[in-house]
Amino acid sequence: MENILSWISAHHEMIYIVILMIFLGIEVIGRVPAVLHTPLMSGANAIHGVVIIGAIIVMGKAESDNYVALGLGFLAVVLGTLNVVGGFVVTDRMLEMFKKKR
Amino acid sequence: MGISLLTVCYLVASVTFILGLKMLSDPATARRGNLIAAGGMILAIVGTIFLYEANGERLHNYGWIFGGIFIGGIAGALAARKVQMTAMPEMVSLFNGTGGACAALISIAEFRRLRRWPDIDIEALKSYLPKLGEFVQDQFKIQLGPSGGELLIILLGLIIGSVSFAGSIIAWGKLNGRIKDVTFRGQHIFNLLLLSVVLLLAGYILFSMDRGGGNIDISDLTVSMNKPVPAHVHVLFYIVLLLSVLYGVCFVLPIGGADMPVVISLLNSFTGVAAACGGFLYNNKAMLTGGILVGAAGTLLTILMCKAMNRSLKNVLIRSFGSMAAAAGSEAKEQGAYKEISLSDAAVILSYAHKVMIVPGYGLAVAQAQHACHELEKLLTEKGVEVKYAIHPVAGRMPGHMNVLLAEADVSYDNLLEMEQANEQFPTTDVVIVLGANDVVNPAAKSDPASPIYGMPILEVELARTCIVNKRSMKPGYAGIDNELFFRPKTSMLFGDAKKVLQDLLSEIKSI
Repeated sequence: MENILSWISAHHEMIYIVILMIFLGIEVIGRVPAVLHTPLMSGANAIHGVVIIGAIIVMGKAESDNYVALGLGFLAVVLGTLNVVGGFVVTDRMLEMFKKKR
Repeated sequence: MGISLLTVCYLVASVTFILGLKMLSDPATARRGNLIAAGGMILAIVGTIFLYEANGERLHNYGWIFGGIFIGGIAGALAARKVQMTAMPEMVSLFNGTGGACAALISIAEFRRLRRWPDIDIEALKSYLPKLGEFVQDQFKIQLGPSGGELLIILLGLIIGSVSFAGSIIAWGKLNGRIKDVTFRGQHIFNLLLLSVVLLLAGYILFSMDRGGGNIDISDLTVSMNKPVPAHVHVLFYIVLLLSVLYGVCFVLPIGGADMPVVISLLNSFTGVAAACGGFLYNNKAMLTGGILVGAAGTLLTILMCKAMNRSLKNVLIRSFGSMAAAAGSEAKEQGAYKEISLSDAAVILSYAHKVMIVPGYGLAVAQAQHACHELEKLLTEKGVEVKYAIHPVAGRMPGHMNVLLAEADVSYDNLLEMEQANEQFPTTDVVIVLGANDVVNPAAKSDPASPIYGMPILEVELARTCIVNKRSMKPGYAGIDNELFFRPKTSMLFGDAKKVLQDLLSEIKSI
């Protein structure tokens, strides 16, 4: 318990960010028209691909003789990249369709 | 220098994520918004690869990193380029799943690293001691086990990431028809139990590892590590992983395919939170901002989608439509007969109408009939018929799906009417042609309080003079309920695959 409390106080900056981002996230998309629900979801999907940063760090920190860690990290990097690249490309393709007729 | 530059990279990336999301919610700026967020992402990734350092150490294994990015990048870009417009929703689901899996893998890797801590070289540690930290009353306190907070984050990332991964894969399978709905009695209780077991086990791990620290007594330089990580906890960790995956599967299985967009959007926000867990682990503000932003926006978006269907999130998640339909079905007994119309009759009616309204639905999407549909529109327009499309906000499998699909077939934006406009125009419309839509034109939503879709805004096609409904069979739509519209005197049915019917209709009209 004490452990967790001290962890919270050590990370209070991060916790502030979390709270602010929750409000910001809600505020920012509050007025989206139904037509854009799918592209917006897809765009948000691409943005959480930021998890790839964690994957890169895991990969880069793995000892080069620890094959399990290397394998895990490698798989994480591949999957993370899929999320980022696929996410942004799919969203762009959807929005391209919209734009053509404007 | 490097690390401060990286901080700036992350700061810029965070701002682009916020801006990008903001711009994505406006049709005029959406595409630019997406590109801006992508730019920020590239900056964050490149910055991490070249500038990241922890405890003065740079990253290594560059070959592996670039290899992974190369493979993932090529595969992702190809899949996203090649996918049919109709299969977009399941593609999004799949990419969401990979993000979740990535977050779970990070948690596993970090847990394995924590596990290795007690193997620390104690002799080396002793010699370093004088250089480390502060002495408290001759006692050098050192945390050899993981801190409770860190472990909590790892567990959260693991659970949320794997639920999101498994759920997304099931959602993907449901959307492309590979996985059918599975419901059984007491399913929700079972799911709830499963979730409780996962959380309990996670709690157990948290508290049993919390005591894994040790003290080093400086006065006689003995090192005591009172509790190394118990072996069974490692096993439990992987059990939590397996059960979380199982929960993800069980969570999505009973939910009907029509509700998949809502589920994907929810899982999308889950993955956002899982990514944010990584932000906590690495003290990384870009991951934290991006993750939480998506978590919050995704949750709101989920609720907005439910609202568009006039249902609550709870209703979508808990009440599976299947069981409701059985109840509704038994009440609606005598529906009378429906009448069929031949292709040539339909062709005549359409050719001599003044105004035709096309109502596209999922049937059109699966049949890939959007181009044939546009052909029909062009042909009729040449004959002097006014042709419009009536788009229900949740037509297809995802909100906005139809707009994307018709735009792909070059249908002009001006001809797409939103629900309110369309409903105003139905009374002056001669022929409505419903292509593979069902629940969005079901009058029960207005008239029958017992119907599961009661209260959902619908396209009031019965106001038009005649209504031709194209369906593959009389089978009910995704909500699993009968549609009174098909039995109305003004309605006639035209059975068959939407694409085939439209092509036949085209040649009939040409021959008139």
